[in-house]
Amino acid sequence: MGDFYSYFFGHLPDVWSGLAVTLEATVLGSAVALTLSFVFGFMANSRPVLVRGASRVIVEFFRGTSLYVQLFWLFYAFPLLFGYQLSPLFCGVLAFGMNYGAYGSEVVRGALNAVPRAQWEAAVALNMTPFQRMRRVILPQAWVQMIPPFTNLLIQLVKCTPLLWLIQAADLTTVVQQMRDRTGETTWAYLTLLVLYFVLAYALTLLMNALERHAAVRLGRRPAARSLLRSRSAEGARRSETAGGAR
Amino acid sequence: MNYTWDWGAMRQALPLLLTGFETTLLATVLGILVAAVLGLVVAMLGRAPTRLVTIPVRAVTEFVRSTPLLVQLVGAYAVFNTVRPLTIGIAVLGIHYASYLSEVYRAGIDAVPRGQWEACRALSLSPRRTWQAVILPQAVRNVLPALGNYGISMFKETPFLAVITVTEMVAQAREYGANHFVYAETFTLAGLIFLVASYPTSLLMRKLEKRLGH
Repeated sequence: MGDFYSYFFGHLPDVWSGLAVTLEATVLGSAVALTLSFVFGFMANSRPVLVRGASRVIVEFFRGTSLYVQLFWLFYAFPLLFGYQLSPLFCGVLAFGMNYGAYGSEVVRGALNAVPRAQWEAAVALNMTPFQRMRRVILPQAWVQMIPPFTNLLIQLVKCTPLLWLIQAADLTTVVQQMRDRTGETTWAYLTLLVLYFVLAYALTLLMNALERHAAVRLGRRPAARSLLRSRSAEGARRSETAGGAR
Repeated sequence: MNYTWDWGAMRQALPLLLTGFETTLLATVLGILVAAVLGLVVAMLGRAPTRLVTIPVRAVTEFVRSTPLLVQLVGAYAVFNTVRPLTIGIAVLGIHYASYLSEVYRAGIDAVPRGQWEACRALSLSPRRTWQAVILPQAVRNVLPALGNYGISMFKETPFLAVITVTEMVAQAREYGANHFVYAETFTLAGLIFLVASYPTSLLMRKLEKRLGH
């Protein structure tokens, strides 16, 4: 035990650089995912059959073929086909973004549909343009509903980042595994690694709770301050399941 | 960009991938069984009358749920290095998904109306009879579609087992790809097999959800 921790604290800069790679993949990956969620979510709700069909096919494709396969395809197969090697981090961001974007689009679609019909009608009656209607009436209400399932997806995404280790990006898992190899302290190394990911996931959950509260306050709702500390429990999990549909 | 797609390699790799697919399927089925049973046990422990039980149980499930499956797998493989990799894989998959499913069970149990509990009390049924004959049959009905959906998602995470040397489908695809330098063909094939297997199942689950009135 002592050996591992003296090594660990002696090489903190390595841990930070690993953590930075993990965070970079998480932030960029979820940014891509968020963008794709809205693009495909809006497409799924649009009127033309062709647009709806296209979004359906793309979403089902990315959800149906495993994330692991997609990542390996980008890393191993893409260079063979196109003669260009993508950087590991880029592969990760792209694969995480596309996969979770596909799941997220269902969240967006579900949340848009969950805004009461009367709100849409009222916006039409007030002669708002479609853009104003979305921007001022529908999205602020849908957004509050999207945040808990998005929190779940974000944590799922964080939990997938150790895949980067398999494609030789120097993420947190890679760094701690190297420390394990140096010190031979298997149990402590992996427990520490799990705790680090737990702390990371919990910090992100707290951040998302604050975001949810902010969105609710903008609508004139005042959630209890206690909700800020809540972990993503049954409620969020259930909602994302129904919103996420078939996984 | 002048790559010629090797259809022959795809055809030759197919039987190999399908043997790997058997392992994939085995791990999924056994994994979801472990998860279903363990998840129920955890959910019931979470309703124990004393906090000495409920708080540690909740803490452990929260921890398992919030940490990466891949790290859990590799860690368990390194620590229990005498156990067969496939066994470790199934156990870790099962435990990881049990932590998700316990929440689903909990919600399912919470959804059983209070009156049912009170009726059991009034009939002075033993706790065992209460759970077995009254609560669980209603709760499991609420849980069934979620169980299926988590099964599909576990199915797509089984390639993680390749990391601990289980030769499931993607491991086969990788090996064949490396030996003949046809990664593009074999990984595409593996992805398509996942799609072909998981999409109809997810449609089936959606139908089941509708029929059970969710």
